[in-house]
Amino acid sequence: MTEERDQKIMQPKNPVGFVGYGAYIPRYRLPATEVARIWKGGAAGTPIDEKAVAGLDEDVITMSIEAARNALARAQINPADIRAVWVGSESHPYSVKPTSTVVAEAIGDTPHTLAADWEFACKAGTEAIQAAIGFTGSGMARYALAIGMDTAQGRPGDPLEYTAGAGGAAYILGPADESLAVVEGSYSYTTDTPDFWRRADEKYPSHGERFTGEPAYFHHITSSAQELMEALGTKPVDYTFVVFHQPNTKFPQRVAKTLGFTHEQLEAGLLVPRIGNVYAGSALVGLTAVLDASKPGDRILLVSYGSGAGSDAMSLHVTERILESHELAPRTEDYINRRTEIDYATYARFRGKLSQ
Amino acid sequence: MEITSHWRIKKQRYSLVGEECPHCSAKIFPPRDICPECGDEAKDHYQFSGRGEVYSYTTLYNAPAGYEEQAPYTVAMVQLEEGPLVTAQLTDIDVKEPEVGMPVEMVTRKLGSEGDRGILIYGYKFRPVLETA
Ligand SMILES: [Zn+2]
Repeated sequence: MTEERDQKIMQPKNPVGFVGYGAYIPRYRLPATEVARIWKGGAAGTPIDEKAVAGLDEDVITMSIEAARNALARAQINPADIRAVWVGSESHPYSVKPTSTVVAEAIGDTPHTLAADWEFACKAGTEAIQAAIGFTGSGMARYALAIGMDTAQGRPGDPLEYTAGAGGAAYILGPADESLAVVEGSYSYTTDTPDFWRRADEKYPSHGERFTGEPAYFHHITSSAQELMEALGTKPVDYTFVVFHQPNTKFPQRVAKTLGFTHEQLEAGLLVPRIGNVYAGSALVGLTAVLDASKPGDRILLVSYGSGAGSDAMSLHVTERILESHELAPRTEDYINRRTEIDYATYARFRGKLSQ
Repeated sequence: MEITSHWRIKKQRYSLVGEECPHCSAKIFPPRDICPECGDEAKDHYQFSGRGEVYSYTTLYNAPAGYEEQAPYTVAMVQLEEGPLVTAQLTDIDVKEPEVGMPVEMVTRKLGSEGDRGILIYGYKFRPVLETA
């Protein structure tokens, strides 16, 4: 039995961790009350306060470049030493032509590198991190860059329009002895569950209404968090912080309670009320805020969720290097505080919702 | 511009890579392989810091073809801290906000596209320096 357990969780031969991290959140904010004003006569309750919206000249490529530059500033490594640039997103600007080649070129990593785009709804970013753990942990590469970034789209008037936001984060995986947070182990829980999807030629996603909660988000997250903690012999009380995928404010609060985590453990990484659900960037940008607040010795549990469906769980242990890294790039809170409120009309123009 | 022309200058345009003169140390942007200061050959790559200040600016309400999507926008001459003057769009700024001497930093943004089916063009712009706590 023990052997079977050990095989479920993943630990690389050579210990690895995050040698750098960086966030990006655009400056525009659409209050949820604006969406309610347009579609519900202002009479609806709102799932968050406001969401971050990308400007006219921003997309997953430009946002990934800035997050990657922040991660590089913290890692203090030569970008040419990175052997993979992997970008997870639901909103790659091209259907065919990688986001990652532009990012690799812009940060000075070309040509000696792998580059590819990842897709798995909201967990495309943590999927890229899992692969980067294996890629660096096997010794094939010293460093790998994994990004989760989105400019999420909601159909006008759909409940998703309140929350579908823009932002994400970049992480550089590398040797544990250079890391600001070491990966203690990771796990992935996957089933075929059609809770949310977008067909190839459609602009906006569809969802299975009430099907999105219990059998999808809650089942996958609790399963992956519990499997990982059981295999590592850890309990919720062993963690300083926990970060979940956050499609709205209530879901992560409820799953935290179910698993036995407190409000204090969840609060630092719960950004959805102020920036919205940033899809593939959601858990990952939450983790940047947690790392900003971390001290050496802290333990962090990260649990993502992607529709379709799956959940990645990772246990991290923060090292001494975290302290020097904090000041080397803007903190996530700096981006959240850079706030310009817009109305629904400006939002509609920014997000290409006007057609003639 | 042809796709090949965009492709050839991508490094300088994505990340503000210019040249440094090996003879007089002048920093050169855009790269031209000849030092404008001393006239000698200068081909060593130099990564500019991206920091500078607004030297002058003008706001365009009628944008040229391929750039209409982002109009109105402000174009500035930015004096880089290493010396060269660069012409670029300002971003993350409201049209009425810029002023001469304002500190700015380089970001890579979408410049435009070659129609709905063409390539997307990315390059440097400058924004007000991000305030950090
Ligand atoms: Zn010279």
